[in-house]
Amino acid sequence: MTPSDADLAALVVTLRLAATTTFILLLLGTPLAWWLARSRWRFKFLLEAVVALPLVLPPTVLGFYLLVTLGPNGPVGGLLESLGGRSPAFTFTGLVIGSVIYSMPFVVQPLQGAFGAIGRRPLEVAATLRASPLDRFFSVAVPLARPGFLTAAVLGFAHTVGEFGVVLMIGGNIPGSTQVLSIAIYDHVEALEYGRAHWLSGGLLLLSFLMLITVYALNRRFSVVQT
Amino acid sequence: MTIEARFRLEHRDFTLDVDLNVPARGVTMLFGPSGCGKTTLLRAIAGLEHCAGGFLRVGEMVWQEEGLFVPPHRRSLGYVFQEPSLFAHLSVRRNLEYGLRRVPEGERRVSLERAIELLRIGHLLGRRPGQLSGGERQRVAIARALAVSPRLLLMDEPLAALDLMRKQEILPYLESLHRELDIPVLYVSHFPDEVARLGDHLVLMEAGRVRAAGPIAGMLTRLDLPLAQGGDAEALIEVTVAGHDAGYELTYLDFPGGRFTVTRKELPLGERVRLRVVARDVSLTLERQSGTSILNIFPATVEEIAPAGSAQVTVRLLAGGVPLLSRITRKSAALLELRPGKLVYVQAKSVALLA
Repeated sequence: MTPSDADLAALVVTLRLAATTTFILLLLGTPLAWWLARSRWRFKFLLEAVVALPLVLPPTVLGFYLLVTLGPNGPVGGLLESLGGRSPAFTFTGLVIGSVIYSMPFVVQPLQGAFGAIGRRPLEVAATLRASPLDRFFSVAVPLARPGFLTAAVLGFAHTVGEFGVVLMIGGNIPGSTQVLSIAIYDHVEALEYGRAHWLSGGLLLLSFLMLITVYALNRRFSVVQT
Repeated sequence: MTIEARFRLEHRDFTLDVDLNVPARGVTMLFGPSGCGKTTLLRAIAGLEHCAGGFLRVGEMVWQEEGLFVPPHRRSLGYVFQEPSLFAHLSVRRNLEYGLRRVPEGERRVSLERAIELLRIGHLLGRRPGQLSGGERQRVAIARALAVSPRLLLMDEPLAALDLMRKQEILPYLESLHRELDIPVLYVSHFPDEVARLGDHLVLMEAGRVRAAGPIAGMLTRLDLPLAQGGDAEALIEVTVAGHDAGYELTYLDFPGGRFTVTRKELPLGERVRLRVVARDVSLTLERQSGTSILNIFPATVEEIAPAGSAQVTVRLLAGGVPLLSRITRKSAALLELRPGKLVYVQAKSVALLA
């Protein structure tokens, strides 16, 4: 038995979701990780704890609160609807918002670790060699943190591909729009379509394994998640 | 042209309180025991350490004053850190070019080729920092700092992380740098040997403060400072190569107080070099000795006498206006009836040529 069109649609949604989420997380997570790695603010640990929350929180809890907030009757969703927009609940946008929050620690923590490992010295050297702060960031910090970026991107992507609880709560499992692979697998099992579940599960297993192999092979000296 | 710096900085267990005014030429040594604030002062001058309310002027450039703080990357300085700190992700060549490319062309006075040639690192350009020895890395770091054509070069114990062999490898480069480039250098050190070889000017630091500052020859022989009180107290004398004696294989070196005779050195006539005369090797007589094997004898005036331990004294003398030290027993000083103003003859048993 080969995958159906619905399964392929779920694969496309999943990959699109993971790619979008990873892109947004790298964009948002890089300055955040940089700040967390460099700041001496006394209450920095509060923010670090918030970033790490998705690591310990049941995904359904996160999904539930997102649904409450983003839904048509929630503060954010309601505001959007009253402005003539649409509540992001049960849309692809909603999935992206949920995934960004859910996968945040998997991107921010490797980046923070990589930035922290650079230390102050190379940046001070760059400063005495006429590099402005932004210049120093791009010409010294980013290249030296390259293993961290690779780890962050792959973990963020893989973790988004694998999420279930959050997308179930906020996505609504609409085929072609918000149905992702992990939920499609669940549906197949529920319907006792083990053959199709095998196809998808095996595919995901292989994909995840290949991605992790890539990270570990390229970053032999770099631990994957640093807390 | 001077470098003027006033900084006050309080850390938890350490206060830097410095008011400094040194000439903006030659090599100024910041000398003192570990933890006395030398490095902190250097970092404050570079702008890496922010001292609120500080003041810093280098020649005509004001880098910090009330309401002004020029960030480090806008200060025309070169900084050599204690560890070479090359960028691991760049080749040696790209390391050298990193700063150079960020200096406007009109402000480049030291070419990359010149820096490479001075430090003799041409053969290393294609390598990665990880493939260099410690000494090579530090040479690249020095060349990298020079390549930005700094108006001020800051060196924070650039030899401290190296073993003796590597030190001997780099010292000549530092000396030639000093001779060939007209860049004022602030050099942090706690090794008297480096100070004597490289320094023109000396700032003595103690517990976050400047204890004393002045030209090196004067500072080394000031009896109220710890430099002249230690067992290896010494005087530095600038001499000019006056001639060679081919028959006896000797070289004559002149200074305002007379002529030194040393074993032959291959130095061109007229070359200015430094002699180091250790206080322990200098004895005093009331009349010029004849019938002695010692060749280096000069008339001198006693300036000051200070106790050195319970049995010895250190005598500061002037020979032709040049300060010298002599370490003798208290008994000898009493027998010779030494007192300031008295005319004596100094006999230097041995002298060492620096560089």
